[in-house]
Order: sequence, then structure tokens, then C-alpha cells
Amino acid sequence: MLTALGVMLALALVIGALLGYASIRFKVEGDPLVDKIDAILPQTQCGQCGYPGCRPYATAIAGGEADINQCPPGGDEGIHKLADLLGREYKPLNAENGIEKPKAVAVIDENDCIGCTLCLQACPVDAISGAAKQMHTVIAPLCTGCELCVAPCPVDCIRMEEVGETVQSWKWRYPVVRLKPQERAA
Amino acid sequence: MNALRRLFSFNGGVKPPTHKSDSTQHPIAQLPLASELVVPLHQSIGGTPRPQVEAGQHVLKGERIGAADGNVSAAVHAPTSGRVTAIEPRQMPHTSGLSALCVVIEPDGEDRWMPLAPVPYRSLPADELRDILRDAGVVGLGGAVFPSHLKLRPGRRAATRTLVLNGAECEPYITCDDVLMRERAADILRGARIMRHMLGAEEILVGIEDNKPEAIAAMRAAAADIDDMRVVVIAVPTRYPAGGAKQLIRVLTGIEVPHGERSTDYGVQCFNVGTAFAVHEAIDLGRPLVSRIVTIAGNVDTPRNFEVPFGTPMEHLARHAGLRADTTHFIMGGPMMGLRMPSFGVPVVKATNCVIAATPTLFAPPQPEQPCIRCGDCARACPADLQPFELYWHTRARNFGKAQEYHLFDCIECGCCSYVCPSHIPLVDYFRFGKSEIWAREQQKAEADSARERFESRNARLEREKLEKAERLAARAAGAPRAATAAAPTATDASPDQDAKKALIAAAMARAKQRSTAMAEAPAQAVAEPAAPPPSAEDTKKALIAAALARAQAQRTAAAPRNTENLTPAQQAQIDAAETRRAAGPATTEKEPDQ
Repeated sequence: MLTALGVMLALALVIGALLGYASIRFKVEGDPLVDKIDAILPQTQCGQCGYPGCRPYATAIAGGEADINQCPPGGDEGIHKLADLLGREYKPLNAENGIEKPKAVAVIDENDCIGCTLCLQACPVDAISGAAKQMHTVIAPLCTGCELCVAPCPVDCIRMEEVGETVQSWKWRYPVVRLKPQERAA
Repeated sequence: MNALRRLFSFNGGVKPPTHKSDSTQHPIAQLPLASELVVPLHQSIGGTPRPQVEAGQHVLKGERIGAADGNVSAAVHAPTSGRVTAIEPRQMPHTSGLSALCVVIEPDGEDRWMPLAPVPYRSLPADELRDILRDAGVVGLGGAVFPSHLKLRPGRRAATRTLVLNGAECEPYITCDDVLMRERAADILRGARIMRHMLGAEEILVGIEDNKPEAIAAMRAAAADIDDMRVVVIAVPTRYPAGGAKQLIRVLTGIEVPHGERSTDYGVQCFNVGTAFAVHEAIDLGRPLVSRIVTIAGNVDTPRNFEVPFGTPMEHLARHAGLRADTTHFIMGGPMMGLRMPSFGVPVVKATNCVIAATPTLFAPPQPEQPCIRCGDCARACPADLQPFELYWHTRARNFGKAQEYHLFDCIECGCCSYVCPSHIPLVDYFRFGKSEIWAREQQKAEADSARERFESRNARLEREKLEKAERLAARAAGAPRAATAAAPTATDASPDQDAKKALIAAAMARAKQRSTAMAEAPAQAVAEPAAPPPSAEDTKKALIAAALARAQAQRTAAAPRNTENLTPAQQAQIDAAETRRAAGPATTEKEPDQ
């Protein structure tokens, strides 16, 4: 009886110590779920979801404070991916946060720019180059199209230009399944 | 020796009707110049070349009109002499029908070459030869248009032993390599020997499908002429796609290049015969790549091969072969892998090996797609040893991760699976769709990652700046009392707090004393002058203002532009003239337009 108790106690201590050590040794820094959500988000840092950037929104989703349908740049596909990841029901994009638009980049009209640096301060991803009283310009490949620079411009010289399809970025279309033979006459 | 060489085989493949004999009846002819040549700047894999000419400029044949953008790119040249009329987006020979930047040239009819500089290739280091090839715009002319200079370097993991020349030309209708080998075999081998020199390879294996006996004979004769034992011309069995690089390497050497690796890792490099000819022209003659042999076949009266300057509209080419009126569209390339052209007027580019005039009778419209019956014919036909039906399921369901697990990117889009499919499933269309979707996603992912990185480093920077500013302010706040203490190090027995206070008081008193002495001195000076009013508070203020003005003046002189010192008399004269003009005022400037 006592031996059995002793054995069990010793086992409990050994296993407990092992578990305790493992919890320290293999501790996961940060929230892995936040990272996974953050990887799905488009990183435009536009704030349309109501949070100051993609990571805060990811944290809010992981914490259950925000819904998964608040990211317009991520669009329908993004919501589907989030729903899959979190095992939640898909829901359409919340219109309060905005609508899904084709990708655009900001363009500064160089004739009107007065070099006030307000757009520089607004750009979340440092995609605008310039200095005080110098002309500013958007580095197009770095622009995420968040539109945050449009409102602060005092002379309204920033406009959003849609990024059209080019021969290089063109994608093959999904093959259309025809149920009837195609007409012979073209 | 040839008879003793053991040939290998690849799995799968199909044997479609070849239709090649029609277009080999005539020798290569020079195509008359079109009235306008539209030369796209982006004609090869890699960066889009930067335009080097301006509208209105006159160019000579072979003059560079687009410079390579980075190393993965190849230059573009004027295909004939003439005037550049525009640099503008024009429709590209691409299924999408989208436009891209093109240089439009109006030929002057002289077709005059620029001064050419042939290079003795043995006397130059390989790096310089590579630069010459890049600037001569030499790219793979088999259809993939990969810049050749990038492939012409010795293997990194293994020394390149074998140079394979691809003259298989397995696709139906296409005969441009066939006639090139018949007529210009010696030049092809000259180019091949330059390539062998650059690669440091030992032997050259020329693989030609055995349905081209004339080409094989011509190449063997040329090889015998140069009396080089290390050049071997080999007839390979005719089976589509024997002309695929990996397939031909496997047939000739038995080396099966594994998934995700390159043939150079196994000591083999493969080039098209047309590319070898272009290398010969670029090095031995100094001529950049400005034209190529193009087969025109299909719904035309006389299918044949032309030497076509790049930028020639396909319609112009087809009309010289007798284009029939009922043609519905053009196909660039062969019927198995070719791309449907968006219009008749798109230009011939470096990738154009063949133009097929298509009609619904010649190429029946696709049958309706039926469900996959899992017969496995596609897997048996696949020359890349893939399982097309599995790839089909996954790309159809947009399950791209799974498709990649089944090695979607090893698909060479040869079309064998679609050719044999009894359910008429356009398998290759699905694979192309899947590939371009995956590429787009990877691009998006890379962009998102870089945006995240920049966002995070920006936040870190803002945080750091805020911290630094706070520190600076704190340092300044702490600095003031310390200075005061230093100014009056008197009290020794008091506590530090009282000490500081005392010091401050002492400093203030000292300042007050100074001020009063200054005031006492000012009236003393004033007294020296007659009728000076007695000093008052107002006077002190005035004196202070005057002092401030003097300081500002001093600052201004200190900050004056430095470039006005040490002027030459001429510069000074110019400045004076400008000053007089400025003094004359706006009235004169307004009058000027009237005069």
C-alpha cells in the first residue's frame, strides 16, 4: 500500500518535473494564431478594418474582438481563408468597412505637389520619397494602395490609379466548361 | 561511330501527323519589308529593355533600340534602317491581346547595316563574350526566349561535359530549324563551337528527329568538313515531344534530370540550332539578332519558310505565302503548344518560330468537355512522368497547394495529355491556369511580406525617434540647473536641493547686477553726447531692439550664399545685368511678348 503510494508519488513528481521543464524549454513566444492570421491579411496597413494596421486586426481576431469580414483589400478570398483557418462560418464583407476594389497605387501630380511631407507621414509602408519643400513621389512597386495619403494632402494632388493587367501579370483564365459543341461558324 | 552510340528513350509522348513536308518544298526566302515594323521591347524572359531611341530618330539596321534591363534580359535592335515614328504601347503577340511598349519603325527601304564589329572569340574572356551576346539580344530561339548568355556559363556543381544542340523540331507544321540546318549547317556548327568554347564542354551532340533526312545529311556533311571528332550528329526516333530539352537530353545521354534541378548540374547544356546560328552571327559577323526563320503554314497557298525581320506584322508574312480568305485566326507556334493570336496584325517576335493560319476545318473547335473517366491515358502519354488527371482534379478545384505537391511546375505544357484525352478535357488549359494563379499568389505574398517588413521597421523607427526626442528634452531640462550650479559653486554646507536653489538665486542676482551696470554705462555714454535725454525704460527697450536687429543682420551676412564670392568679372557682369533687369521690374517682362 505504502509502496504503491510512494511509487505513484515519485512518478507524479518525475512527470510533473518533466512537464514543467518542457513548458519552459519549448515555450512558444507570442501567439502563433496571430501570426497565422497576419500571414493571410494583405498587409496594406490601410486601417479600414478599424485597427491601426494588419497585425492589430489579426490580434483582435485572435482575441475574438473583431469579426473576420472587416478587411476590404483581402476581399472575399481573404475571408474564405480566415474562415478556413479559424473554423468559422464564412460571411460576406462588412460594407461598413468598405468595398473590395481592384489594386491601385497612389500617384502624386508633380505639378501641384508643394512638398509639405504630410503624405510622407501618413504612408504606413514608407513608399513615398521626398523631403520638406522638395517634390514627393510614390515608389509604385512599394505602394500597397491603402489610400491613407490621399486625405492629408492639402492641395489634393494625390490620386489612386488602378494597376491594369500587363502581358507579364496576365493570368490564364479558368477553362470554361462548354456543355454544347461550339458553333462551327466563327 | 554513330551506329555504335546507344540511344535512350523517354516515357510517354504521342505521334501526331507532322504536316512538315508542305513547307520544306521551298528554300528560305527573304521576306520583303513591311511598310511599318512594330518591335516590342519585351521579347525575352526577364526585364523589359529600356528604350534607347526617340521618336523621329533615324536608325540603322542592327542599332540597339532597347538596352538590357539587368542581367536577366536581352537587348533589342532595329530590324532594318529607317525612322522611328513612335514609341508607344501596341498589341503584343500574346493570347491576352494586351499591349506593351513597342518601337515603331518606318523602313527607308535601304536596309543598311550599322558598322559591324566581328569578334575573334578565342581571344576574349568568356565574360566579355557573354556581355556581347546579351547586347546582341541573343535568346533561345526554340520558343522559350531565355537569354542565352545566362545559359552559356560552365556548370556550378559539375563541369559541363556535353553541349546538346536541339534540332529535333518535334511539333507538327514547324520546319524552320529543318530548313536552317539544310541551308546553313556550317554556320550552325560555327556557332556551336563558340558555345562549346564558352561552356568548356567536350563534345557537341546534335539531336535531329529521323523524319528530317536532308537536315541530318547536311549537318553530317558540315561536321565532316570541319573534321571535328567531337561533333556528333545523331538521328533520334520521331516522337512528340522529343524536342523538349529534358526529353532530348534523356534520349541522347540517358541522363534524367530530376525534379527541381537543371541539366547543367549533370554536365549537360541544351540549345536550339537557331540559337547556335544566332551566336555565330553575333560573334563572327558582329550582327545582333534582328531576324529569324519563320514557318508560315496552315491555310495558305504556299506554306514555306521566310527570314523575317522582327516587328513584321504576321498578316504581311502570311500574305506573301498566299493567305486564304477564310482564315479565322493565327496560331503562333505549333498546334500542340502554340498560342492563339488576338489579331492578324500582331508582330513577329523572337519567340515566333511558326505562324499557322487556322480555320475551323483545319483545327476543329474543341469538343465539349466530358467528365474524367480515369482511364489513365494522360499519365501514359505524359513525357514528364506526371499524373495529369491528379493535377487536373486539384487545379480544377483551385487546390493549388495539392497541385504543386504533384509537381505542377514540372509540366512542360506539351499538350500530349489533352491530345489523348478521350473526354476532351483541355488539361493544359487547366495547368496553365493553375501555374499563373500560383505565380500571382507568390508575387502577392512577396509583396505583402515586404510591406509588413517596411511597416514594422517604420513603427520601430517612429518609436525610436519618439524615445530620442524625450531623452533630448530630459537632457535639456536636467542640463539647465547643472549649468547654474557650475556658475556659482559657493554653498558647501547646504543640502543639494538648497544648494541648487541658492545657486539659481545667486545666478539671478549676478544677472541683475550685470544689467544694472550695463544701464549705468549706457547713460554714461549718452552723457558724452550733448542734449541726451535721461535714460528711461523706453530707451532700454529701444537699445535692445537695435541690438536684436544688429544680431539678425550679422546672422544674415553669415548665412549669405557662398557662391557669390570670388567671382570672375564675366560672372559679375552677368549678375549685374540680371540685377538691372530685376530693377526694371515686371513692366518690361510684360511688354516683351508684344515686341
